Amino acid sequence: MPQALQSPLKWPKEGNARVPYRVFADPEIYRTERDRVFLGPTWQYLSLADELPQPGDYKTTFLGETPVIVTRGEDGQIRAMVNRCAHRGNLVCLKQRGHTEDGLTCVYHAWRYDLAGNLTSVAFRRGVGGKGGMPDSFRLEDHGLKTLRTDTFAGLVFGTLSPDAPPLSDYIGNDIGGRIGRVMRGKPKILGTTSQILHNNWKLYVENVKDTYHASLLHTFFTTFRISRLTTAGGVAIAESGAHHASYTYGEQRGDNATSDQLYSEIHSLHEDYGLKDPRFLDSVDEIGDGITLQILSVFPNFVLQQIHNSIAVRLVLPKGPDETELQWTYIGFEDDDAVMTERRLQQANLVGPAGYVSMEDGAVGGFIQRAIPGAEEECSVIEMGGREHAPQPTRATEASVRGFWNAWRPLMGL
Amino acid sequence: MDLAEIARRLELETLYTDYAACLDSDALESWPEFFTEDCRYRVTSAENYEAGLPLGLIYATSQNMLRDRVSALRDANIYEPQRYRHLISGIRIAPDRTAGVSPAGGQDGSGPDLLEVTANFLVVRTMQDGAMCLFAAGRYVDGVARTGAGWKFAKKDVVLDSRQIDTLLAIPL
Repeated sequence: MPQALQSPLKWPKEGNARVPYRVFADPEIYRTERDRVFLGPTWQYLSLADELPQPGDYKTTFLGETPVIVTRGEDGQIRAMVNRCAHRGNLVCLKQRGHTEDGLTCVYHAWRYDLAGNLTSVAFRRGVGGKGGMPDSFRLEDHGLKTLRTDTFAGLVFGTLSPDAPPLSDYIGNDIGGRIGRVMRGKPKILGTTSQILHNNWKLYVENVKDTYHASLLHTFFTTFRISRLTTAGGVAIAESGAHHASYTYGEQRGDNATSDQLYSEIHSLHEDYGLKDPRFLDSVDEIGDGITLQILSVFPNFVLQQIHNSIAVRLVLPKGPDETELQWTYIGFEDDDAVMTERRLQQANLVGPAGYVSMEDGAVGGFIQRAIPGAEEECSVIEMGGREHAPQPTRATEASVRGFWNAWRPLMGL
Repeated sequence: MDLAEIARRLELETLYTDYAACLDSDALESWPEFFTEDCRYRVTSAENYEAGLPLGLIYATSQNMLRDRVSALRDANIYEPQRYRHLISGIRIAPDRTAGVSPAGGQDGSGPDLLEVTANFLVVRTMQDGAMCLFAAGRYVDGVARTGAGWKFAKKDVVLDSRQIDTLLAIPL
């Protein structure tokens, strides 16, 4: 049973349809979720398997705020361990990525580990000239790096520090797993990376990702060009626990344009006379062949896979404090892309990222909420579009997947 | 340095000074005019640039795409009022080297019509409430073409030293 918060929080009787603003601002809640969510029984995205093609390749990342090293060993296995020397706690790997031929060596006192995190040698272990050194009772095998459980799904490497997390494929589930697989269907080729510093709690960004209701309202670029409206056919798939989701939109307008225009006519975002002078960047192809042109998918707590036309990216949401978040983007194509396809992906990358036509607002809106919280810590947001449940719905005019997030978060937090 | 070189240097310094003034004074509609019709404009990080990765945070392959970017900033995208202050310095003209892009526009026969030019920039961003931050530092890696209408950017790579963008990148760099 999780230990209670020092200042208790009574969850509103409306359940997942209400969220107290305090959860986005309270340092005690932030500290508690570090242990129970990020170091708890959740699988978190670490890397693309193809980022580490050769034995000896490594990269560093985070499990929440805990620094992690991901390696590919001599045996080809990908492993992960906490990036903290077993000696005095120094970061073992300082670089974001690299390659080593002789394991990992801590710069502080040259303790050396193999790529599985086993301690292989300690400098001056026998002392100098018979003086100093480690006691005879010191055993290398007792002082390895703390290792994570790791597993790979569709080329995506996940890790957890908890023995209680179910196997990764069970954690993700068949439905969401299939929707990951339809995007990650080839050998990825990295096109580039970027990152955004968001001045808001990490959960406000995750709520935004899971919120299918806002897309055509906040992001007026899409609406204006009829790229996506809530009146376009689509829906949201949600894991039974609510933890993961995938919203999807079909490319063709399957509804009635005139009705759609009327529904949107009173919303600020419709610009009838707005046209692009060079719309080539929107040229897209149905590369998957199922007619789905947009799919935004999340795996609890902090992983996002995006297919926006032919722009494919993985996003990692890293908490950096109660009111600061780093959002990391890795844009990919696939090894069998020709030059035309690569160019198409690069053009469509204009839609997303920090300067994205349809995503720049997401970088700011969480901060707008964060700035409005002071004085409202005991008040709640209202999450009732589409009811109070978190079942899958054949529409995006719903907040069901946002409620799903809270349905997964609350039991971990004992709230 | 002969007089022609000095004149060319002054012309290029004016180009960069005017470019900064355009972005910093919210004259965004004039921004595409600094480019050739078939220009390439990209904002990326040093990390991507040095790894040879092609991604752009903003990626345009025509002057009209830059015009579309401005239209979207004016009419579609939502962001808080903010202003930039560009400090551009250290303009370097590669001697007798042409940039790897096709030249556009006319030729007046007075030297190379396409120059590889690099310059450093710092951009301070000020929000409506007065909050300021050092928003961006990096270098421009440009192909500058001599056209009938003066020097224009045929290619501009905005290479940011940091891969982190604070909140969002709305106004171009």
